[in-house]
Amino acid sequence: MSKEFKIVVLAKQVPDTRNVGKDAMTPEGTVNRAALPAIFNPEDMNALEQALRIKDKFPGSKVYVLTMGPFRAAEIIREGLFRGTDGGVLLTDRRFAGADTLATSYAISQAVKKMNPDIIVAGRQAIDGDTAQVGPQVAEKLNIPQVTYAEEITDIVDNKVTILRRLERGIEIVTSTLPCLVTVHATAAPCRPRNAKNLLKYKYARTANEEKDPANEGKYLISTEEKPYLSIQEWTVDDVGGDPDSYGFAGSPTKVKKVENIVFKAKESKRITGSDEDIDALIGELMANHEIG
Amino acid sequence: MANYYKDNSDLKFQLSNPLMKRIVELREDNYKDYGKYDYAPKDLKDALDSYDRVMDVVGEICGDIIAPNAEQVDLDGPVCKDGRVTYAAGTTKNQEALTKAGVYGIALQREYGGLNFSTVPYVMAEELVARADAGYANIWGLQDCAETIAEFASEEIKKEFLPRIYNGETCSMDLTEPDAGSDLQAVALKASWDEAKGMWMLNGVKRFITNGDADIKLVLARSEAGTTDARGLSYFVHDKKWGGVTVRRIENKLGIHGSPTCELVFNNAPAKIVGEPKLGLIKYVMSLMNGARLGVGAQSVGISEAAYREALKYANEREQFRKKIIEFPAVVEMLGIMKAKLQASRAILYETSRFVDVYKSLNALVTGDRKLTPEERKEQKKYSKLADMLTPILKMTASEFCNQNAYDAIQVHGGSGYMREYPVERLYRDARITTIYEGTSQLQTVAAIRYITNGSYLALIKDYEAVPFSVAAEVEAACPGATKRLESVKAKLVAMTAQFEEAVAMVADKDPEYIDFQARKLCEMAAFIIESYLLLNDSMRCANFVDSAEIFTNKSESWNNERYSYIKNSDPETALAAFKNVKGDLDKVYAE
Repeated sequence: MSKEFKIVVLAKQVPDTRNVGKDAMTPEGTVNRAALPAIFNPEDMNALEQALRIKDKFPGSKVYVLTMGPFRAAEIIREGLFRGTDGGVLLTDRRFAGADTLATSYAISQAVKKMNPDIIVAGRQAIDGDTAQVGPQVAEKLNIPQVTYAEEITDIVDNKVTILRRLERGIEIVTSTLPCLVTVHATAAPCRPRNAKNLLKYKYARTANEEKDPANEGKYLISTEEKPYLSIQEWTVDDVGGDPDSYGFAGSPTKVKKVENIVFKAKESKRITGSDEDIDALIGELMANHEIG
Repeated sequence: MANYYKDNSDLKFQLSNPLMKRIVELREDNYKDYGKYDYAPKDLKDALDSYDRVMDVVGEICGDIIAPNAEQVDLDGPVCKDGRVTYAAGTTKNQEALTKAGVYGIALQREYGGLNFSTVPYVMAEELVARADAGYANIWGLQDCAETIAEFASEEIKKEFLPRIYNGETCSMDLTEPDAGSDLQAVALKASWDEAKGMWMLNGVKRFITNGDADIKLVLARSEAGTTDARGLSYFVHDKKWGGVTVRRIENKLGIHGSPTCELVFNNAPAKIVGEPKLGLIKYVMSLMNGARLGVGAQSVGISEAAYREALKYANEREQFRKKIIEFPAVVEMLGIMKAKLQASRAILYETSRFVDVYKSLNALVTGDRKLTPEERKEQKKYSKLADMLTPILKMTASEFCNQNAYDAIQVHGGSGYMREYPVERLYRDARITTIYEGTSQLQTVAAIRYITNGSYLALIKDYEAVPFSVAAEVEAACPGATKRLESVKAKLVAMTAQFEEAVAMVADKDPEYIDFQARKLCEMAAFIIESYLLLNDSMRCANFVDSAEIFTNKSESWNNERYSYIKNSDPETALAAFKNVKGDLDKVYAE
């Protein structure tokens, strides 16, 4: 087979929950997206790096970012282009809105089918929902193998990809046939910086909806007629087809019953020394509580 | 997640300077590369936007990668084994990040893989890198050598070497020898033509060579056998792949540990000549040296920035006598002065960079049939002279201020600052070299004094004085009372200028030895007035600089009073006599 691969990176724009202030949550208990900067989900960045490394190793390979979100999520596609991807697609449509992980993975799997890649890489989980479900669900819907918790995609030989997995108690090296879906762990190599030439080449890349937005007037100094590569594709439900009822709110069985604010309180603590007696006593206590053993 | 460009709005302010329009126009030469390279700008707005965005990338790498590596690089340092140098692990990571980001060769023409950025953003990148790790900044800054090649070497050499810079190959400039330090005319490394190989062969020893195991070396060597002065020296390029150069050892230094300082042995090392023979020192090294001095200026400002930030942070955290120490006048005064020195250094750094930018871009226009028009020639001459005037006083004052700021940053930390746990002790060690290499402060004075005696600095000061006094409404809104304060600054500067003229008159017609004796004081007086004016003029456009304009001018006034008073009280006939008596001390001090 040819040594050129088509890779799709699943990435999500998320609110930066790593530095939350007191207005991070709305009174209704949902994330206050306006108060938090929107960023490229960190583990998706690790995934992007793995994809770009495949491209480095097998020149001629193509990397595309696929993301779903509001118009402004096109930023995720640009961030990919600045680092060396060949393009991307933004799934954006009101009919996708309100999706839980099931409806999200349905929409993404429909888009992936249309893109027909050899390898799909995604971050293990997003820092807003922390479910780690979308990647595996996409693989199930596509009926392809999945490898989760990847730290490194080490090689691809004869249509078989070798992956190093980072697990709680060690590492595991597995192989999978292609196509397959890989979810990448935060311990994988950090993503490369933006490349200056790519940045300058693609800085005016935008979607049709961004172009129409009055807030962006005068921002795009170069037209997409002059440089067609500055145009970022947007797909709607109509573009990806499938069952209309499986999208968005209608396709989401998850219903939020109630959200509670929890205040962490310091619990009772005790100080133990490094002496054998103290450690023995602690082990005994933990075993008695069935916390270990 | 730190970004050293984004967290410092003073930098972006520099990109908004009115002269940037002319600088970009010249650099992009009617935007002729647009359409030819997909990353070339279409117009002024596009070009300035590109500068801003690439600085953002450099700032992010500095904040997220280079700065976090700096402490370990300082501890590890490079290693020399079997005649070759291996960088500290962190240094290699820094190098990889900047190479992958495609910012090596930032100022190189696009045909050689560069971004064709002007000097201002190039210098800014140097400042950013130096703030993150001053030692590594030397390795990064040595890409200056590419500029010398681009400016003076043959087309063949340019094509052979320049595209490699973009791929992160490093450079060194090999000038100093054991007996040729400040006095480069004494360089002895021998270059002899080998007819059979069709190459020059280099033999001899170089010392204190920064990044001496570089891929691409520029070497000053004696091509004219039997000569002993500058006219026998030529400039050569050597490729590491050609072999013949080994690293005998690396120096164990006080600071800038990330940067390997090498002693090199050249043993029939092949080389190609850069430009014309015999112009090595006279023309090419002098040009390279001015660039390197601008680089040390940028490095000094980067260290100053780091020192100021560390001190500011600590003064806001540390409590004594139930108060944050920044609440004490003695501490807050130190911080205000640090900031004023920092902003003054930065003001003259970018003013110099802009002057360099204009004349170098004009020089670059001259290719093939293209000659400069009479107006362009006049402009070239004007800015080239301004750059030559400002470079030595920039290098001298920015490096001295960065040492003072590193000193004060430790002082703000108290005993903790003396400990390795805090970065200020590293900054203090790193700062120390800046007043020494690429020409000591004393040598900068030698380069600057002629502009004192011929009235050039005074003329420049008068130009700054002639800038209409008009404080922008935004400045007054952001900083109520600014106009009144700045009026008083201006009045002071006019008086200080008169005082400076008087001081010059007291010295200029005296014998050369006496002028040398007073030169530093006069150069500093001029520098302080110029820097005060730059802060004043920037303050009229941006509120960030109002406090520093006031503080720096007040300090300059007292610094200049001291110098004036010293000069006034010196008797040209006898002033040096007491100092000269030191010469007789040696025998006394070491007498049994």
